[in-house]
Amino acid sequence: MLELNNINKVFNAGTVDENRLFDNFSLKVADGEFVSLVGSNGSGKTTLLNVICGTLRPDSGSVVFGGTDITNAPEYKRARRIGRVLQDPKMGTCATLSILENMALAENKNKRYSLGRAVNKHREEYFKSLLETCGMGLENRLGVLAGSLSGGQRQALALIIATMTDIELLILDEHTAALDPKSSETLMEITQRVVTEKKLTTLMVTHNLRFAVDYGTRLIMMHSGSAVMDIDGERKRELHIDDILGKFNEISIECGN
Amino acid sequence: MNFVVNILIGIVEEGLMYALLAMGMYITYSILDFPDLSVDGTFPLGAVLTGVLILHGVNPWLCLLISFAAGMLAGTLTGLMNVKLKIIPLLCGIIMYTAMLSVNLVIIRTGTNGGAIASFFTKSTIFNSATIIPERIGGFYLRTAIIALILVVLCKVIVDLYLKTKNGLLLRATGDNERYAIMLGKDPGTMKIFGLALGNGFAALAGSVIAQNKGSADQQMGIGMVVLGLASVIIGLSIFKRVKLMKGTTMVILGSLIYKASYQIVLELGLPTEWNNFVKAVIFLIALVIGGDQLNKLIKGLVKRPKKEGENVRAE
Repeated sequence: MLELNNINKVFNAGTVDENRLFDNFSLKVADGEFVSLVGSNGSGKTTLLNVICGTLRPDSGSVVFGGTDITNAPEYKRARRIGRVLQDPKMGTCATLSILENMALAENKNKRYSLGRAVNKHREEYFKSLLETCGMGLENRLGVLAGSLSGGQRQALALIIATMTDIELLILDEHTAALDPKSSETLMEITQRVVTEKKLTTLMVTHNLRFAVDYGTRLIMMHSGSAVMDIDGERKRELHIDDILGKFNEISIECGN
Repeated sequence: MNFVVNILIGIVEEGLMYALLAMGMYITYSILDFPDLSVDGTFPLGAVLTGVLILHGVNPWLCLLISFAAGMLAGTLTGLMNVKLKIIPLLCGIIMYTAMLSVNLVIIRTGTNGGAIASFFTKSTIFNSATIIPERIGGFYLRTAIIALILVVLCKVIVDLYLKTKNGLLLRATGDNERYAIMLGKDPGTMKIFGLALGNGFAALAGSVIAQNKGSADQQMGIGMVVLGLASVIIGLSIFKRVKLMKGTTMVILGSLIYKASYQIVLELGLPTEWNNFVKAVIFLIALVIGGDQLNKLIKGLVKRPKKEGENVRAE
């Protein structure tokens, strides 16, 4: 269970640009839920993820994860239980390391980064089997530098890397936004499979309303730092894009975009 | 003929010794993306420490290790300034270098009863005490070059092996993409400090080796080391970047040799020694011009401000 309790966050406090984003915002996400977050620009979706991951600290309020208060834990410590894929494909892998080295490094997460050899030949078959599931032919290119992959391939690799070890929460921060439509579709399918297979609790921010409707077990629409729509269970399964489009346009027009 | 051979041996000999410094700067500048100016202070740290220790009868090989450790300590401080106090690399280097001016002077004054230079021509060093290279192989200079070569190859192999370990991979990942290190559950700051410790360890090691070769050590030896080290790295990386499978460490060793060769050629043309540092500066300038992207990387690296938590995160 992930709980955000009475989160307050003000940006540029005390200046003319003061922006009170969260005013006593609370949210509970149960284990195994796959939440799609949509909303207008500046509605607080990404800030919400940043508060959960520790990239940002709230001004007040608490973040409780699996019974532990992690409000003040540094980002890198929280990352031990959280997998995260960011919008920028360059962020989730190391460009100057090969696919194989990237995966070896990621597999060692939460263990000691010792002076032992990083790349273990015996693991190659396992890595290949993980890459095969993407259907991108990456399994035959283990020695290639991650930096030379296309955005879609790199993001798929980032997703595999983020979910390789046992994590308790998967955070997807507009992870398809930088990709072309076809690659986005592929990546969403891969995402769905990984999440289902590993039964991961997932929070996904997306600008693609169709993805939000088609995927996930719960949909939250954010606007000005609060959830203006929160649909789950049976209603989410039967949800159609037209059901949320009206509300989405309404809040988008309000922000002027 | 003999004259040319002697110059060549001289180039190889010194080029190899300075390659140890280049190797350290390869770790900081190229891998960690942190152009480290503190080496102007940590290179002579290794030198004066070695000078003083040898005068007091310490084993010259042990001096190499002690210098390396002292360099690592200084590098740790540079790293702490950057990581904990959020000071840009340029200023970390300037602060460290300035402070080391005093530290080095104190070491040398204490060790020589108030002197400003530690001379140990008559004492045994790794070059003249060595029985590892039999005399029948060649003259003193050739044997010196061989010892330098062994040292450099040894260090290169160790660095190459390290960069393939889990820890080494994490260091490379940290330099390339700090966010990635965070996502792996590791504090990138710790790796950065460690990388800077390594880099300055090598700088001090180079200082120790050069001092043992000269038979003396003083504060002045540090002047121009940043320029020399960075030029070697940039020359090596930009000339050999298209050579497949060549390791970065090999590139910077070759870079150091090329640097030394061009420096020596200019001096052999008859330039008085007072122009030494001018020549160093000009070669560095040329390296920057031919280095292409390296200039950009260097400038960006020097002024890269360590981010505070939550900084530059927009309200979205």
